[in-house]
Amino acid sequence: MSQTTAFIVDTLVHATPLMITGLAVAIAFRAGIWNIGADGQFIAGATAAAWIGVSAPATIGWLALPLALVAGAIAGGIWAAIAAWLRSRFAVLEVISTIMLNFIATYGASYLVRGPLQEPTHVFPQTSSIVAGAHMPILISDTRLHWGFILGLLLSVLTWYAMKYSATGFRIRASGMNPFAARNAGLINVPRVTSGAFIVSGAIAGIAGGVEVCGVTFALYENISPGYGYTAIAVALLAGLNPLGVIGTGILFGALETAAGTMQRNAGIPATTASVIEAVVILGVIGIAQFRSRCSVSAT
Amino acid sequence: MHDVALELASITKSFGRTTALQSASLSARRGTVHAILGENGAGKTTLMRIAFGMLQPDAGTIRVNGDIKSFASPSAAIANGIAMVHQHFTLVRAMTVTENVALGGRGLLHPRKARSELLALARRTGFAIDPDARVEELPASAQQRVEILKALSHKPRVLILDEPTAILTPIEAHDLLNRARELVNDGGTAILITHKLRDALKFADDITVLRRGATVWTGRADEATEDALVSAMLGGERAPLESLEGNNSRRKRASVSEVVMALRNVSVRDASGVERLKAASLEVCAGEIVGVAAVEGNGQHELLRVLAGRIGATSGVVTLPPSVGFIPEDRQRDALIQDLSLRDNVALAGAGARRGMMDWVAIGDRTRNLLGAYDVRARDENVHASTLSGGNQQKLVVGREIEWAHVALVAENPSRGLDIHASAAVRARIIEARDSGAAVVIYSSDLDEIVSLADRVVVVYAGKVSECGNDYESIGRAMLGVTPP
Amino acid sequence: MTSGMEAFLEGVVRTATPLALAALGETVTERSGIINIGLEGSIIAGALGSVVGAAHGGVWAGFVFGAVCGLAVAAIFALFAVVLRADQIITGTAVTLLALGGTGTLYRLIYGSAGAALNTPTLNPAAIPFLSKIPVVGLALFAQPSITYVLYALIPVVSWWMYRTHAGLALRSVGENPAAAIAAGVRGKRVQFTVVLFGGALGGVSGATLVLAQAGTFVEGMSAGRGFIAIAIVVLGRWNPLGTVLAALIFGAASALQFYFQAIGTNLPYQLFLAFPYVLTLIALAATHGRVSAPAALGRQDLELE
Repeated sequence: MSQTTAFIVDTLVHATPLMITGLAVAIAFRAGIWNIGADGQFIAGATAAAWIGVSAPATIGWLALPLALVAGAIAGGIWAAIAAWLRSRFAVLEVISTIMLNFIATYGASYLVRGPLQEPTHVFPQTSSIVAGAHMPILISDTRLHWGFILGLLLSVLTWYAMKYSATGFRIRASGMNPFAARNAGLINVPRVTSGAFIVSGAIAGIAGGVEVCGVTFALYENISPGYGYTAIAVALLAGLNPLGVIGTGILFGALETAAGTMQRNAGIPATTASVIEAVVILGVIGIAQFRSRCSVSAT
Repeated sequence: MHDVALELASITKSFGRTTALQSASLSARRGTVHAILGENGAGKTTLMRIAFGMLQPDAGTIRVNGDIKSFASPSAAIANGIAMVHQHFTLVRAMTVTENVALGGRGLLHPRKARSELLALARRTGFAIDPDARVEELPASAQQRVEILKALSHKPRVLILDEPTAILTPIEAHDLLNRARELVNDGGTAILITHKLRDALKFADDITVLRRGATVWTGRADEATEDALVSAMLGGERAPLESLEGNNSRRKRASVSEVVMALRNVSVRDASGVERLKAASLEVCAGEIVGVAAVEGNGQHELLRVLAGRIGATSGVVTLPPSVGFIPEDRQRDALIQDLSLRDNVALAGAGARRGMMDWVAIGDRTRNLLGAYDVRARDENVHASTLSGGNQQKLVVGREIEWAHVALVAENPSRGLDIHASAAVRARIIEARDSGAAVVIYSSDLDEIVSLADRVVVVYAGKVSECGNDYESIGRAMLGVTPP
Repeated sequence: MTSGMEAFLEGVVRTATPLALAALGETVTERSGIINIGLEGSIIAGALGSVVGAAHGGVWAGFVFGAVCGLAVAAIFALFAVVLRADQIITGTAVTLLALGGTGTLYRLIYGSAGAALNTPTLNPAAIPFLSKIPVVGLALFAQPSITYVLYALIPVVSWWMYRTHAGLALRSVGENPAAAIAAGVRGKRVQFTVVLFGGALGGVSGATLVLAQAGTFVEGMSAGRGFIAIAIVVLGRWNPLGTVLAALIFGAASALQFYFQAIGTNLPYQLFLAFPYVLTLIALAATHGRVSAPAALGRQDLELE
């Protein structure tokens, strides 16, 4: 395999979780929900998928894979639902609650891989490997590229279609852009719509976690997410919160992370540089947007 | 001392592509009340905001006592003896009256000293106020007194009053305008922004008329005639005033038909548990316009939203048709999504209950028809709502709500901020809706609008709704809570 | 038993100090209507800055340089959120990401990938005569590193400034109703810019405290969400300086609990204690709902200032 092919494959493998978590963030931001918790939802999803993947009996065969992914979606959705509930019931800022839930998920996963879900020898802080039936099929033989990437593409297209053409998608967009008009002019139940979008966002981040476990790691580790949920914000914003755009920006950041990893190994440039670049991208995007809108101030 | 206290010469100001002021001028003599007259959107407030340093002019000069000045901020204007009482209160609701009046000072804050200074000022000027009350606890008229005291605390030589009577009952308004002269009689100057011609003629010494951002008439009030001022305000487009004001002359005494909207003993509490509407009962029939009059903050906000089905009642029985059109006062925020297309904004009506997929082609057709039928001037249905002028935005909202609901319409200050033509168009549409059988409720803070449009008037006072005769005298009394003898 | 309790209380105040410093700055910031989610970034920048400063000029130079670094990070936030009026949440998140990544990168560039053993001078506890002899709480309150005493001094100063000066009144009015403040002659943007920098500097001092008064070294990501917890503390402290510091003590107690339980030996998993402050934050935010009112204009980037 040529170096170029290897780079492309690695890029797409890295892009898969970024694309899907980026999609999750885009949905939430569209609804006016600042879900900074895709990381925690990813971990919750990965944990649930690993649990199913490890404990599924071999007799169910390939059914283990969809089961694991659904479990991931449910776990991610529940993790987001906690923040959604705190927001709608107690007006707790979702920014704070989702970040807190990220930490809790991290320590929760840490506890599980060192406690109840630890592999039988009790040496490594990780679960056993998931059963073969839960493995995501390989897309191109002899590479690590798996069908999760295609799943990500499908989810993006589906989300794009739903946001654009379904009544629910329209309600989400309207509620996010102007909750007052959504309520007064559209008679939309804004808290319900936004909470729903929040939970769907969490479920999608959970799927990303499931895909990562079933397609790449095949077990739950302590630091299963190197901060995907935060990179996802850059992915979503750079895509202009467009579900189709997330495909492109997800691949772009996948390439960035792959390059950062290579540079760390070869040139000693710290991988943390990638998050600096992500931050600069986010600031650049919002800076340009603000600057543009300042230039075209309309009369009041 | 110079004879002219404040002079604005050839002031020009643009916002983006919109020119708000085009070489506007004004010269306010010392010791006078000077009225700035003009219809909505003529640039009155913009001109005064420039005089007060809130906006910077693109061109033109400001002279105070003959000296050229330029104000980078309100603090600079205040330092030069200019103060402004804003139409939309600029008070900090969560703070006390004393804190609000003290705002803008320098150095150390002595709460007790500030309080006693305020009390002294209140005594001297006759604007009674509780210095320790939090502003949010005060009724609108008391809030306005705070606003005025705040302005007077800087000992201004020029006091600008922007539509000061908008939230007052006719009696309170009369009282305030009489006092404007007292506020300035020791050599000061008062500038009164108003769109009410009769107020200008009655209370001002000098009048300046603005039209489309330019000064078109200026002179002594006692030399002005109503006719001359009207033609100055409206310019060449002068049409019979009657028709422009949307006079409801075609009022048909339709036989009283079926009840469309009904409230029985309805009470509403707001989020903080205060009972805003108290056992209100009201029936609105098909083919009638019910006018609602109230001083700001008396519960009319809740009454309209209950009637429109936008909020629920705490107790009582509400009977409404399946859909009620609603034209909220703050259309920018509550009726339109500025960054969505006109088509999407039309789709918004009833979006809460829609199932399945959006038929964007059909909605696009409907939007185009609406733009034509309601004379909304827009390039096409795909432009953002934010690109429309205020008048066109409101015509879109009115059209959308009428077409969506048909049988019932609730409108809150539907012509606020619109120029005279757009106002007339909006009123005409509301009358048309009534004539085609809709039950209509309209609230306006402008009594003229209620008197000219309504078939029947109710007044909301302290959360209670009562029937009232359709004339200024009875409405004015009822708004103050004075029951007819 | 008494000494066990004293050790616990000492731990409470020690862990609360950096939280209180950061939260005190954020309180002032939020009273101006700005919610600075980038506080976390100021803390981690302050932590790294303090290492560099202390290595060159001793402990107090470490604190000063830490404050400067925290302020610099806050300046980036202010540039976007105050000057350009970009969304505060997104800006804050990006700034945090920038500072976490940036400090990690700089640290490895300066001290090598192994993170070379650092010889950072640290601040030892300094017992105040007499006061530290007060039973039970004496040691906890008055035998702390002197940065804690700086915190004690800041509380009345900040309170006085906020409630007894016109500048403080202006600050509070900008956070409640910017339009009113501006109409009264207050320079809204300037006020917000200044207090964001102030909050960032205190965030930097908070990070410096983590290094110079506690860990004795820099670790990547050592801020560990304290900036976000500080924001929750501000809510719990009802946006006033004294309340904030008292709320910080509760969180100090939540963290100190783990040392206490470790000391007495328990079978509970240690992750439970690590996660406890974050869980407590959620519970505290939910519990204070409806009893406190935030500055009315908090987080609103749509309001024009000047």
